[in-house]
Amino acid sequence: MNQHGTDRVKRGMAEMQKGGVIMDVVNAEQARIAEAAGATAVMALERVPSDIRRDGGVARMADPRITEEVMKAVSIPVMAKARIGHIVEARVLEAMGVDYIDESEVLTPADEEFHLLKANYTVPFVCGCRNLGEAARRIGEGASMLRTKGEPGTGNIVEAVRHLRQVNAEVLKVVHMSEDELMTEARNLGASYEFLREVKNLGRLPVVNFAAGGIATPADAALMMELGADGVFVGSGIFKSQNPEKFARAIVEATTHYQDYRLIAELSKDLGIAMKGIEISTIAAGERMQERGW
Amino acid sequence: MRIGVLALQGAVREHLRSIEKCGAEARAVKWPKELEGLDALILPGGESTTMRRLIDRYGLMEPLRGFAASGKPMFGTCAGLILLAGEVAGASEPHLSVMDVVVERNSFGRQIDSFEADLAIVGLDSPFNAVFIRAPHIVSAGPTAEVLCEHNGKIVMARSGQFLGCSFHPELTEDHRITEYFIGMVREAVKAPLPN
Repeated sequence: MNQHGTDRVKRGMAEMQKGGVIMDVVNAEQARIAEAAGATAVMALERVPSDIRRDGGVARMADPRITEEVMKAVSIPVMAKARIGHIVEARVLEAMGVDYIDESEVLTPADEEFHLLKANYTVPFVCGCRNLGEAARRIGEGASMLRTKGEPGTGNIVEAVRHLRQVNAEVLKVVHMSEDELMTEARNLGASYEFLREVKNLGRLPVVNFAAGGIATPADAALMMELGADGVFVGSGIFKSQNPEKFARAIVEATTHYQDYRLIAELSKDLGIAMKGIEISTIAAGERMQERGW
Repeated sequence: MRIGVLALQGAVREHLRSIEKCGAEARAVKWPKELEGLDALILPGGESTTMRRLIDRYGLMEPLRGFAASGKPMFGTCAGLILLAGEVAGASEPHLSVMDVVVERNSFGRQIDSFEADLAIVGLDSPFNAVFIRAPHIVSAGPTAEVLCEHNGKIVMARSGQFLGCSFHPELTEDHRITEYFIGMVREAVKAPLPN
């Protein structure tokens, strides 16, 4: 008998994305450019994060028409974003057959207290995290894939670096911790004891962890791989650059060959202007997307 | 015995681990020169369109076809099976086109239709728990191919000479019997290489 929506099936889908680049797209044409450049999946949305940041207002799930057009345009997996805690947006995306849902802080949260109980869905979810406690809570709710939150739509890698280093340092600490210290660590992190035991036994997180939130150049993507990301999400970085096709191809290649520095030098030549970045300290604390969710 | 895993993207780590668990030496392959000295190669699961673009971009197509022509065993799982297939249904051209099968991509549906199931596989004495993720299936296998498993009327595993392919992901489980089966094929090939 076929069993659908098991942990293995949902987490396995993310395992197949490893070493790849998942690109934000807002229409079928961008989706085709992303696929041709070698993206392992696309994220269909109405506006890329930098436009959401610029426009302000409430950011919601994309018009289903856009998501549907993207799904028709490409053969690679299509992901889409639902607001944190928005049960109906998530169910709508599941009913449409999207391959992965991002319960995303890039959109305006629908619930400031409760995240989705993702274990209840057949479709798998990816969620953002800044530290091991957040990672544990999202996995506890049923997330099958993680990504750093970073600071979306800024073209500034500093927050993604901070979050990936934080998660990895905390994983390493747990792995090397004595068994009798785990319960206190669980309390301190806001993680379950069972989760920390699993991390300790595996020697790593039980799901794939990608980098996201601020990747703008091939060198940024390679940096995140160097720091131990399993792959990268690129939001505004591709289609807000001067030459999206070239940027997309170069970021894919730099992710695969992230330790080949001469190659990355070649890939980075004559790309044209990258997206304009934002210095994090100029963003008011209340407007930082990474603060959404807990 | 040294077995390579094409490491452009996808479930590379899991295959390397499975090879090592079976007692063979494993090596990740990103560049043509890394094919030298290998007895066999595994093409992992991942996204076939991504792998194909990187194969073309980094001059791997001819070296991979040469590897196949030298008679060395190759094993493709999911996307890897698509890369090996002689024909991909609905596509204008295949990829390596070395294995005598026709495959269809995403033929069980989207991710929501992905599943795990216990399979009866020729040569294994108990069921194999297999994970299918947006999986392809083998539409038809040529006269040289031996069908090793069918699931609900679809061919999901076959061997054709030195080539082994399956729709699912044995690398995602702790059951290493299919890697062992492949290593058996490598052992045969090392003993009796094809005449040049």
